[in-house]
Amino acid sequence: MSAIAAVNDLVIRFANVNGTGSASANGLFAKACFRMGIPVTPKNVFPSNIQGLPTWYEVRVSEKGYLGRREGIDFIVCMNGQSLADDIASVRSGGYVLYDNSKPLDLRLERSDVNFIGIPLAAICRDEYPDLRRRQLMKNVIYIGALAALLDIEFEVLKDLIGDQFRGKDKLISPNIHALEIGYRYASEHFSCPLAVRLERRDLVGDKIMLEGNAALGIGSVYAGATVVGWYPITPSTSVVDAFEKYANRLRIDAGSGEKKFAIAQAEDELAAMGIVIGASWNGARAFTATSGPGVSLMSEFLGLAYFAEVPVVLFNIQRAGPSTGMPTRTQQSDIFSCAYASHGDTKQVLLFPEDPRECFDMAAESFDLAERLQTPVIVMSDLDLGMNEFLCDPLVWDDERQYDRGKVFSQQQLEEMSEKFGRYKDIDGDGIAYRTYPGTHPDKGAFFTRGTSRDPYAAYTEKSEVYIDNMERLLRKWETAKSLVPEPQLYQQSNTSKTGLLFFGTSTASCLEARDQLVEEGTAIDCLRVCAFPFNQTIEQFIAGHDQVFVVEQNRDGQLRKLLVGECDINPKKLISVPLYDGMPITARQVVDHVNAKTRSALVTPLHKQPA
Amino acid sequence: MSYAKSTFRHPALQPNALGYDKRAYEGGLSTLCAGCGHDSVGAAIVQACFEANIEPHKVAKISGIGCSSKTPAYFLGKSHGFNSVHGRMPSVATGANMASRDMVYLGVSGDGDSASIGFGQFAHVNRRNLNMLYLVENNGCYGLTKGQDSATTDVGSASKKGVANPFTAIDLCATALEMGATFVARSFSGDKEQLVPLITAALRHPGFAFIDVLSPCVTFNNTGTSTKSYDYVRDHVATTGAIDVIPMQEEITTDYQPGSRHEVTLHDGSVVHLYKGDVELDVTDKESAQAAIRRHQQQGSVLTGLLYMDPQSRDFHQMINSVKGPLRDLDESALCPGQKALDAINASFR
Repeated sequence: MSAIAAVNDLVIRFANVNGTGSASANGLFAKACFRMGIPVTPKNVFPSNIQGLPTWYEVRVSEKGYLGRREGIDFIVCMNGQSLADDIASVRSGGYVLYDNSKPLDLRLERSDVNFIGIPLAAICRDEYPDLRRRQLMKNVIYIGALAALLDIEFEVLKDLIGDQFRGKDKLISPNIHALEIGYRYASEHFSCPLAVRLERRDLVGDKIMLEGNAALGIGSVYAGATVVGWYPITPSTSVVDAFEKYANRLRIDAGSGEKKFAIAQAEDELAAMGIVIGASWNGARAFTATSGPGVSLMSEFLGLAYFAEVPVVLFNIQRAGPSTGMPTRTQQSDIFSCAYASHGDTKQVLLFPEDPRECFDMAAESFDLAERLQTPVIVMSDLDLGMNEFLCDPLVWDDERQYDRGKVFSQQQLEEMSEKFGRYKDIDGDGIAYRTYPGTHPDKGAFFTRGTSRDPYAAYTEKSEVYIDNMERLLRKWETAKSLVPEPQLYQQSNTSKTGLLFFGTSTASCLEARDQLVEEGTAIDCLRVCAFPFNQTIEQFIAGHDQVFVVEQNRDGQLRKLLVGECDINPKKLISVPLYDGMPITARQVVDHVNAKTRSALVTPLHKQPA
Repeated sequence: MSYAKSTFRHPALQPNALGYDKRAYEGGLSTLCAGCGHDSVGAAIVQACFEANIEPHKVAKISGIGCSSKTPAYFLGKSHGFNSVHGRMPSVATGANMASRDMVYLGVSGDGDSASIGFGQFAHVNRRNLNMLYLVENNGCYGLTKGQDSATTDVGSASKKGVANPFTAIDLCATALEMGATFVARSFSGDKEQLVPLITAALRHPGFAFIDVLSPCVTFNNTGTSTKSYDYVRDHVATTGAIDVIPMQEEITTDYQPGSRHEVTLHDGSVVHLYKGDVELDVTDKESAQAAIRRHQQQGSVLTGLLYMDPQSRDFHQMINSVKGPLRDLDESALCPGQKALDAINASFR
């Protein structure tokens, strides 16, 4: 029988029942690879459920450092009877199936082209642990121990990880290490270890870290000086606020009094969550909320108010598969339209697209500066993949000299020295951004009435067409200013090398860069550009102009970013070819390559019958 | 209707203890209909803030949408105002209050804004016990869209259209009591003697104060068949009694009948004196307040005055244990943990 042989290049999938404590054990595996210096990418594939349904944890190990998902499962750990048949069928020919052979495997599930590794986990646990819950939990640790022998994971690394995981609950350490040893010993005694597919220590991760994007957004918001949070729970955004609270409780407690230098309100719905952010920002605090697609729909009314009344807002949108409730635990980039033009009337909202947790941290901090500088909502467009999976990325960095950019705000003294009348919506600097004041600043000057109705430069209500138009045109000037302030797109080549371009954003990045390498190997050169923000600036327009055709990879059905590019940059739609990868799973390089090849090859095919002239 | 505001003030009018004259508390020219109850409410707010010696610019006025929500433009012109979106004033006020606990928050809303589109936000804002005054100008109809019934229109009441409302009315005071407001009162725009001290007491109350002010709509709901007309309210009003708010260390000068006085001491030492009309009401007892509201409803009268206050009220910031000063005033040195702490965070992710 064939057996896949590879060092530091595999995809392993753990099939579990959710609510059985498998997540922390499976996390040990990914973290062990990382601590052995090997690049690794774990992905949770979980149901919208708390207990009892199938859940998978998929880990790609890649010595080449490719961090996107890869199709083809080399190794599966089958711990769920419900999904067993599908799980066994999902493995590549020559792959490995670790299963519990306490009871014999149903003959119909056997395959002759894969390698079965039977370990009587239930029987071992029955003998070892009288307590039922412990039996269930330790089973997970035992199979990790077995994998250590089978795949050659350094046992010391696992022991250290157990030590870290249970720090403070020290009496749990030795039973867990004992469980690892049981698995390790069983595998060593019954199989020829290690297998042909295995790990080997490298020095490829440097000072990198592994964390979830949502944690990075929460930490970034602490560093950015956010003090007010209004929020409403929704998967997959909830852990953003959890992280903010966790780190604020650690880092934002007044040493003397024990009082909090932050305030969090769990609101009654997403409308109120956004209202809280707007009220706090209007009153001079840095405030944010986090949500997902359905929440964005509810917040749209308020986003229009913030756009028109020019109140800073920071919104973290952790996108999930829509429309409607959609697939709440699957990933997508399908809120581009609903965010870019959120709310009725002519509105445009600033969007940022982070690619990894490090950038979530950076963009969280930047979003507060931008929102206050531009006095408008800034929406950071993360997604479930980035938000709820650990990513390998550069460590978080903060410049201790950095000052927050609080934007154009008149102080008490500036108002005192002012001889002319304060005009809240007067474009003094010509960049479309007017000066605001915080409530309560000065006894006589600077008060104004904030409203969602049209107003003149002095904030007085007006229905005069020309005054209304002036204000709307000023908002467009501000939009032009925004183009020079938002993050630049990233180019991946010094100069153009091809007539074909590949344009992508956010969590498509890793797989698109891997796809580029594959295309180059196949003899097709392709230039890459990553969009980091909306409004689009000139670099993007130049990139598109410099190529005959540009593939736009995005995780939605309708090519939303492509249409936004066509409309906003006035581009011939035929030039932009949509690559819609929207099945809810993190995308793979193969999917991108196949799309590009299908389109470029079909263009080369000569039709059998000539078209009539 | 006037189109210019008179700037003349009687020279004998004295400034308040802060040195502000009453004009400092006034706002822009009202664009409401002549005789609108809301203008009287605005005048009462001006009077209360003037008398309570509140610095005008330290008030933040927040409203939703509708005739009532337009009124913050007509009083306290030196204060910042925020005319937000329909039914969402409570959340905007929540955020503003979270950002700075050191201002006076005045939320102004209407019956459409609070009892219909914003009923959810109204219910929930009571629970948070924000230190603010939430005032509803309740006219039982939608004025700006020309007179439709609202959710506070009583069963059988008919507006100018002449069709009796068949649907149950929402009692905002009963709702506020149920949802956790720590100060609840009802008043009538035509009763300045009662309304001004109620507003003063509400502004002083260290928590969420709710006042439902019956404020007739002269254009659409001031008919003989309406239960929210001037005449009907005047004819059917019952009061819990007059109140006085006495700042700490000031002597009580008004003389009332002995035994009829009920005192509630606030945290700052000042005392609210209630000179009781409804002897069965205990204003520190929520159940008693609910019962009094129901009793008068059944009798066909509208009970006005202070209904409930919790002298032990702990506001939102006390409940969450936030720092004493405004959060918005904290700077980088107070908020940003710096690279050293980040190094430790990075290490925890390896």
